[in-house]
Amino acid sequence: MQQHCYHCGTDCEESKRIEDKFFCCDGCKMVFQLLDENGMCQYYDLSAMPGMSAKGVFASDKYNYLDSVAIQDQLIQFKLDNQAHVVFYLPQIHCVSCVWLLENLHKINPGVLHSQTHFEKKEIKIVFNLTVISLKELVQLLAFIGYEPMIHLGGNDWLKKKKVNKLQLYKIGVAGFCFSNIMMLSFPEYLSTSVGDIGNMRPFFVYLNLLLSIPVLLFSAKGFFISAYTGLRQRWLNIDAPIALAILVTFSRSVYEILSHTGAGYLDSMSGIVFFMLVGRWFQDKSYDSFSFERDYTSFFPLGVTVLVEGKEMNKPLSEIIKDEQLLIRTDEMVAADAILLTEGALIDYSFVTGENAPIEVPKGEIVFAGGIQKGRAIQVQVVKPVGQSYITELWNSPLLNADKNVDKSFVHPWSQYFTYVLFGIAICTGMYWWWVNPANILPAVTSVLIVACPCSLLLTVTFTYGNVLRHLGKFKMYCKNSSVLEAMEKIDTIVFDKTGTLTNHEDAQLVYEGIEFTREEASIIFNVTRESLHPLSQLITKHFVSQDLDQLQIEQIQNFIGKGTLAIYNHKILLIGSGTFLQDQGVVIDSEIQSGVYIAIDKELKGIFKMNHVYRKGIAKMIQHLKLNGFQVHLLSGDHPTEKNNLTEILGADIPMQFEQNPSDKLNYIQALQSKGHKVMMVGDGLNDAGALKKSDIGIAVTDQTHLFTPASDAILEGAMVQNLDQLIHYAKKGKAIIIIIFILSILYNLVGMFFATRAQLSPMFAAILMPISSISIVSLSALFSYSFARSLRAKN
Amino acid sequence: MSVLIILIIVSVLVAGGFLIAFLWSVNSGQMEDDYTPSVRMLFDDELTEKSTSKSKIQS
Repeated sequence: MQQHCYHCGTDCEESKRIEDKFFCCDGCKMVFQLLDENGMCQYYDLSAMPGMSAKGVFASDKYNYLDSVAIQDQLIQFKLDNQAHVVFYLPQIHCVSCVWLLENLHKINPGVLHSQTHFEKKEIKIVFNLTVISLKELVQLLAFIGYEPMIHLGGNDWLKKKKVNKLQLYKIGVAGFCFSNIMMLSFPEYLSTSVGDIGNMRPFFVYLNLLLSIPVLLFSAKGFFISAYTGLRQRWLNIDAPIALAILVTFSRSVYEILSHTGAGYLDSMSGIVFFMLVGRWFQDKSYDSFSFERDYTSFFPLGVTVLVEGKEMNKPLSEIIKDEQLLIRTDEMVAADAILLTEGALIDYSFVTGENAPIEVPKGEIVFAGGIQKGRAIQVQVVKPVGQSYITELWNSPLLNADKNVDKSFVHPWSQYFTYVLFGIAICTGMYWWWVNPANILPAVTSVLIVACPCSLLLTVTFTYGNVLRHLGKFKMYCKNSSVLEAMEKIDTIVFDKTGTLTNHEDAQLVYEGIEFTREEASIIFNVTRESLHPLSQLITKHFVSQDLDQLQIEQIQNFIGKGTLAIYNHKILLIGSGTFLQDQGVVIDSEIQSGVYIAIDKELKGIFKMNHVYRKGIAKMIQHLKLNGFQVHLLSGDHPTEKNNLTEILGADIPMQFEQNPSDKLNYIQALQSKGHKVMMVGDGLNDAGALKKSDIGIAVTDQTHLFTPASDAILEGAMVQNLDQLIHYAKKGKAIIIIIFILSILYNLVGMFFATRAQLSPMFAAILMPISSISIVSLSALFSYSFARSLRAKN
Repeated sequence: MSVLIILIIVSVLVAGGFLIAFLWSVNSGQMEDDYTPSVRMLFDDELTEKSTSKSKIQS
């Protein structure tokens, strides 16, 4: 019967147990024991199986670079006496238990004085006593309980705090306060004819209103004025210009009326405009705290590396590494700079950098490139180029990349120009009409026109609709950077896909065996040998055999040839397992061309080969079909070898241009070429190798599966499982414009009604004050309604 | 009728008090995280620990 690990929930193969609880590995068991000893089992009560799977070996040398003072200074935010403040990004935070455990760290180690988490940003702020626990020990503790902090070269995001957010909230608060009070104080004015004359109290109300409207004008509305003025200086009327004009005119007319005792003014409309506009802007800016759309290679590289100085290991910040230094790179560590191999045994996984799926065996003396991850045992290398100049980072110096992205001005802006001209046209006509008929009415009529014809409805429609669409897309795991992404979606006619990691899933590699069947004994031998190997394919083989419940054997002789293969002897049977060249060196005859995979030979006879098969995400073929039907041109750019070409032709169709073995610059140039032909390109990719193309394209979408926590700089982040729905997501995003147009037409009706009365100089303050909130509320409601109902049809198709 | 003036001034002042409270809360960073406090509320061990240690001191 399958048991689930009490700590992390994965299936337990061999039961390690404490009383009635099962664990999948020693790591999980140790964490449980630690929590149990400190009376912290509430961790397991708050959420079911909340732990992180410990994944085997825990390398304690990994954090030695944190002993270096230079690195500590980069990480420690604030130091006073013995107390240090530090902020870490913990991507593993996912539930209530995580928050509880992390905020009770002080119970495990008294050196931690205080810890506070931010769930959405997945951050933890820790205040700790330096004399009791060092930074390295703190990080080790976090890693031990399953929350290893992501510490990267450029990862000092906490420095860039969002101060703008606070100011926006202040402005909204002040505008809301003044708006509601002015509205309340204007009631006597509206109702004075029916209830009774307020007579000598009037000055009190109007002057109080005037007083309340001043902070609105000078503080809350400041942004509009500044933006309109900047636009004007560049000889360009942006959308804030008519708003600023409306506010100014309303205020001036109100002041005039109040001071000359001719009326009560329209201060409620003015403050209402400011308040609704500010709320709309705030609503539109939906930000995703736990994602970053700005990452470059520095977020991918580690902060410190192990340097070998005269045979001794030392830790240095990566930024200080120069040419000819010797580095030690352990299993699962990243090659931090282009370097020459000094030892054998390099098995480099470049999947994130170049897109090649299978790890490459690199012989001694050849170059390994920065960004690759070592999968074999520890190797030593000599640096050839410092980080900033390595092959992968040179990409960021490309002039193509640094040219400003083609930012088309929002589609609203040409509309705003029309609006302003039409507005002025109407105002002038009204003025001329009254000048001819009854000059006393010119000023009231013209100013009324300018007050009531505020493009608020257009702007509110746009901001609220985009805000809603962004949020709905977020629920479908597509996180857009901002609303300009939605606008750019309209013009896209070409979509370029990367293969590895985008159309395929990094995690689900399928093992395929080609060759002669094994006997049970042979299978057992292989199983017992591969269990000890670090090669990712060997680990897959082990998993494959685990389900067959084979015997545990004591292998008499095992000889490891680092980086090549293993020779094992059991019961007089000689097992050779490893690369094709290794088997050939040992005397096995292999007729066909040598492929990348794990070859098996027993008693010098070739049995077969285990290969890793690319698993394409579900639903990809249908999605591509739909995209083609919707009129998009689809392309494929891959960094991998063309071995998959036939499979891809089957899935994508033969009419799709496919390019293989593309390096990052090739991809960038390809996008550039498409754009120079006038196409608007969307790029969907995932790794560092796509970083250039993602930045250059008109919309760059980075695909992520929670395990790969790095996403290159992009305009939107899409979760891997949702790639199959890309066609529907794009369709929904484009609906945004349709919704805006529908609602805008409806809102024009409000404007027309208001205009009708304004041109006749019959616009009473009460009418204006009622008209605006009604139109705003109906726009907001309709926008929410439409966005939701269109999103529902998206849901139904899933 | 003149009492209306006093009432209105008082009400505006009270509303102003709320505005100041809002501005202060934004300033002190309460608006930065609007999810975690809802989760933190569910933990009940902090209070009981402090109360038991307090009662120990007293007795």
